[in-house]
Amino acid sequence: MKEKLREIEELTLNRLEDVDDLVKLDELRVKVLGKKGELTAILRDMGKLSPEERPVVGQIANQVRRRIEEGIQTRKAYLRDEAKKARLEREKIDVTISTKNQILGHRHPLLATIDELEDLFVSMGFSVILGPEIETVENNFDALNSPENHPSRDLSDTFYITEDTLLRTHTSPVQIRAMRELGAPIRMISAGRTFRFDDVDDTHSPMFHQLEGLVVDENISMANLIHTLDIFIKELFGEDMKTRYRPHHFPFTEPSAEVDVSCFKCRGEGCPACNFTGWSMELLGCGMVHPQVLENCGIDSEKYTGFAFGMGIDRITMVKHNIDDIRLLFENDNRFLEQF
Amino acid sequence: MLLPVRWLKDYVKTDLSGRELADGLTYSGSHVESIYTLNKGIENVVLGRIISIEKHPNADKLLVCQVDVGQESLQIVTGAKNLTEGDIVPVALVGAKLAGGMSIEKTDFRGVESSGMLCSLQELGYSDNVISKEYRDGIFIFNEENPLGSNVVEILGLNDEIIELEITPNRPDCLSIIGMAREASATFNIPLEEPDISIAKEEDHISDYLNGITIESENCSRYYAKVIKDVKIQESPLWMQLKLMEAGMRPINNIVDITNYVMLEYGEPLHAFDVSKLDGKEIIVRQAREGETLVTLDNVERNLVESDLVIADKNKPVGLAGVMGGLDSEITNETTAVLFEGANFNPKCIRMTSKRYGLRSEASNRNEKGIDPNLASKAVDRACQLVELIEAGVVVGSSIDVYKEKKEEKVVTVRPNRVNMLLGLDLSIESMLNYLNSLGIKSELRDDLIHATIPTYRLDLHIEADLIEEIGRLYGFHNIESKPLTGVLTRGQKPYSKVIEDKAKAILIGLGYNEVMTYSFISPRAYDKINLPQDSDLRNYIKLMNPLGEDYSVMRTTLLPTMMELLSRNYNRGIDRMYAFEIGNSFIPTEDSEDNLPDEKKVLSIGFYGEGDFYYLKESLDILLARLGIENLDYIREEDNPTFHPGRTAKILYKGEELGILGEVHMDACENYEIDTRVYSAQIDFEKIVKFCNFEREYKKLPKYPSVVRDLAVIVDEDVLFGNIKNIVLENGKELVEQVEIFDIYKGDQIPQGKKSIAFSIVYRSHEKTLTDDEVNQIQTSIIEDLQNKLDGVLRS
Repeated sequence: MKEKLREIEELTLNRLEDVDDLVKLDELRVKVLGKKGELTAILRDMGKLSPEERPVVGQIANQVRRRIEEGIQTRKAYLRDEAKKARLEREKIDVTISTKNQILGHRHPLLATIDELEDLFVSMGFSVILGPEIETVENNFDALNSPENHPSRDLSDTFYITEDTLLRTHTSPVQIRAMRELGAPIRMISAGRTFRFDDVDDTHSPMFHQLEGLVVDENISMANLIHTLDIFIKELFGEDMKTRYRPHHFPFTEPSAEVDVSCFKCRGEGCPACNFTGWSMELLGCGMVHPQVLENCGIDSEKYTGFAFGMGIDRITMVKHNIDDIRLLFENDNRFLEQF
Repeated sequence: MLLPVRWLKDYVKTDLSGRELADGLTYSGSHVESIYTLNKGIENVVLGRIISIEKHPNADKLLVCQVDVGQESLQIVTGAKNLTEGDIVPVALVGAKLAGGMSIEKTDFRGVESSGMLCSLQELGYSDNVISKEYRDGIFIFNEENPLGSNVVEILGLNDEIIELEITPNRPDCLSIIGMAREASATFNIPLEEPDISIAKEEDHISDYLNGITIESENCSRYYAKVIKDVKIQESPLWMQLKLMEAGMRPINNIVDITNYVMLEYGEPLHAFDVSKLDGKEIIVRQAREGETLVTLDNVERNLVESDLVIADKNKPVGLAGVMGGLDSEITNETTAVLFEGANFNPKCIRMTSKRYGLRSEASNRNEKGIDPNLASKAVDRACQLVELIEAGVVVGSSIDVYKEKKEEKVVTVRPNRVNMLLGLDLSIESMLNYLNSLGIKSELRDDLIHATIPTYRLDLHIEADLIEEIGRLYGFHNIESKPLTGVLTRGQKPYSKVIEDKAKAILIGLGYNEVMTYSFISPRAYDKINLPQDSDLRNYIKLMNPLGEDYSVMRTTLLPTMMELLSRNYNRGIDRMYAFEIGNSFIPTEDSEDNLPDEKKVLSIGFYGEGDFYYLKESLDILLARLGIENLDYIREEDNPTFHPGRTAKILYKGEELGILGEVHMDACENYEIDTRVYSAQIDFEKIVKFCNFEREYKKLPKYPSVVRDLAVIVDEDVLFGNIKNIVLENGKELVEQVEIFDIYKGDQIPQGKKSIAFSIVYRSHEKTLTDDEVNQIQTSIIEDLQNKLDGVLRS
């Protein structure tokens, strides 16, 4: 019996070497170890052995069984490993292929710029205030101290709905609304659509966009204005941007200034784009709110002072993305939109 | 405005370069747009005298000149017709370079050698609009002596710099060389030297020539006149012509040049009348009368209206005040007596007249911005002094000055601490006074206040803040050290509607839609193009009074037309798919708003073509609205909206309120936009989204018990909507129904005509126990009964 057991062990372990898949392996297991298996058959004859032999043979039988089981397990692990290797090999693909099944939309570059600017100012404690596109002449011109005969009021400059209402020519009327409604102190910005009587060409559009800011509080100075705008410009265009404040004139601020920044192309070195001045001109207009404008809005111009600033977002967007034709912003060509 | 640097330096003596002047002036408030010279690469052009002129032997239209250029005499062939022997002319030598890069070589003109070229002003780089009529088609002839052979570039001053300035409308006083000299004087701290305008000799009395001047209109506040007799009309001297040309004006004759010269110098437009042409020898300033006409200097007959201010003689208008003179009283070669007019007109009146006739001139430009009335006499006196200087005539004694109310200087007080507070500076009172005084604003400290006397030419200075700006700009805004904002810490916020808008945009971007932006105004024809019924409320739109053209003439009441337009543009550019959304305003007229402003209603407009169908669009909306907390929407079939496909359109309702519409755009509308594919669009009232959106989320327990899934297929009439079936399922299953989903609609074999089979699955689940078959079967049975009773449905087995 001992010999038979040894024989089964040897035979089985040898046969294992030839088994090359898991199904056959299981078949072999059943054939040897199963209820009707070879080993089981032998063990059934154990009863015929003498009581002295029984434990000895039993021990051997257990050994044989264990070895066979181990052999099967080892073979099983090996075959599984091989199968995985084969699958990995089989499943090799061309990783340079791209599909286009998933689509993410794109923000419009100009509206994204407005959002970026709004978020920046919100982080500086400014609140965003909205205003209507159709405005009163009072809010758009009169309350902002615009002279009665100012050419900007002409039909050739401004779109009118009636004699008293128009398409706002700047976002400044929102300041008037905000000051009248909220009073001082106030820190606000407002961005949106503005309109001027300009034919469409590569730098003009009858509809364009502005962002406007206003701070009114006690002891607000020009030095505060410069500090605020410098932060904003560096944040938007980079720390290496320089600013230049030049006196200018706006009816609603006094003193008034225009802000030039380092040329976007050459960053101040001088190049054809900046006429070799190193400066990109007139990025922003700003100034200290005219006392009459404060008074027009019911704010005590002795107690409070303030500053205001405004800029064209279309131009900033164009500069930021090196866009050379403003019409692209309004055409909505998908191939343009998907670049942002 | 053009500022020739050498003219400026007549009044402020300095060695500063044009660039240095420009930089300084920019920082003190005069914005320099460019600096340039008139020299367009001219080389080797010298002064020559024409010794002889002979006809070309072989060419009728050419002349052969012998020209003395100092060291030598050259033979030069020319086609010019305005030359006589003895003329001094610019000669381009062999090897010379002319404007536009032309270079001169020895040339053979039909057998005659030409060693150079005689030059016109164009060839020397002057632009046509500053070249006098005489020299427009000929060689320039110098009217002053200079050594032959001298460099013409130097004589003409072509290398002198010219500064181009942008003068803001509040500073009309800077539209003059002296005005800018005053700025330069203050900027660089150099004394201003105004010209001496005293007249050495006067003869006769003005009353010998003029009977009187009457101002009949409110629109003229001053009229000052002097007369010149024994006028000799000729070219003005070269120095005057060159200055005029550098400042952008065309020389005409000595008298007219003087008026222009003084206008450029002082900023006061002058006019010169031929006294002999004035009927009744009088001047009347009045409004034009209905039916009157005037032929202006440009030889155009103008039909005047009553709002035009005119200068008239006894019988007729002789000039459009402040805008343009009349042809009839123009200075001609026969003129012997001239009246110089220095007047002050109402800027508004000038502006309207100049606009009405489309006449924009250097004079009207200055008159419509406003001028110091005290300048009128000074400028006319300067003109007379120049007449004397260039020997254009003899000045007649005395003047006529009708000046109703003399403009006096005003005093504005300034608090020094307010100056420092507003600018954020710490300036001494002394430096404040210095800055103001350097600008000609006489200022002194009394009772701790700066008393600033405003010169009458400074039309822009009225209040303390104006003077603070003067101090600030001379100190230099660029020198102000920045200081952070202080005060109460405020929290920056965005309006709630904007926050919702941002969220909605992020979701739509995530769903693959591109954000677009279109004009707020559209063409009224767009309402027809989208097939809008004639009686639709959306046709009640706001019109612009002065649109740029029909395409931009009315405010949109819907965002669909601009969406269709951009989809069409993309489609016709061969782009095979586009998914777009816009959140923008529509403009709805209101009857009784306080300020006559319309309602600006924010609308979400979605549109696409390419892949996708009605269900794709609906799913997008479901996802968007669900994320914004708007769930359990009702979709109601919309069959009578001609903009959309009658069978593929629905209204969206939430809690009984209409949110908007979605559907396939009607093929007629697509055709109108030249789109030959299916277009889907939704128009959603964004304000309703803002109203209903809700971001509160309460956790629901995860299911503990298994679900039971049952499939049903039912044959119903074709018109039955899945929504109806779903409602029946929900009514019967209540909270035990977790999900109802359609998986097939079938028509055809085995299904009777006019019917369809709808197959769907129901997921049942309880949160309290495992559902038994019996429990589910009970619900299923009652659903099937209801489907039979309410929808005439037959269960398909």
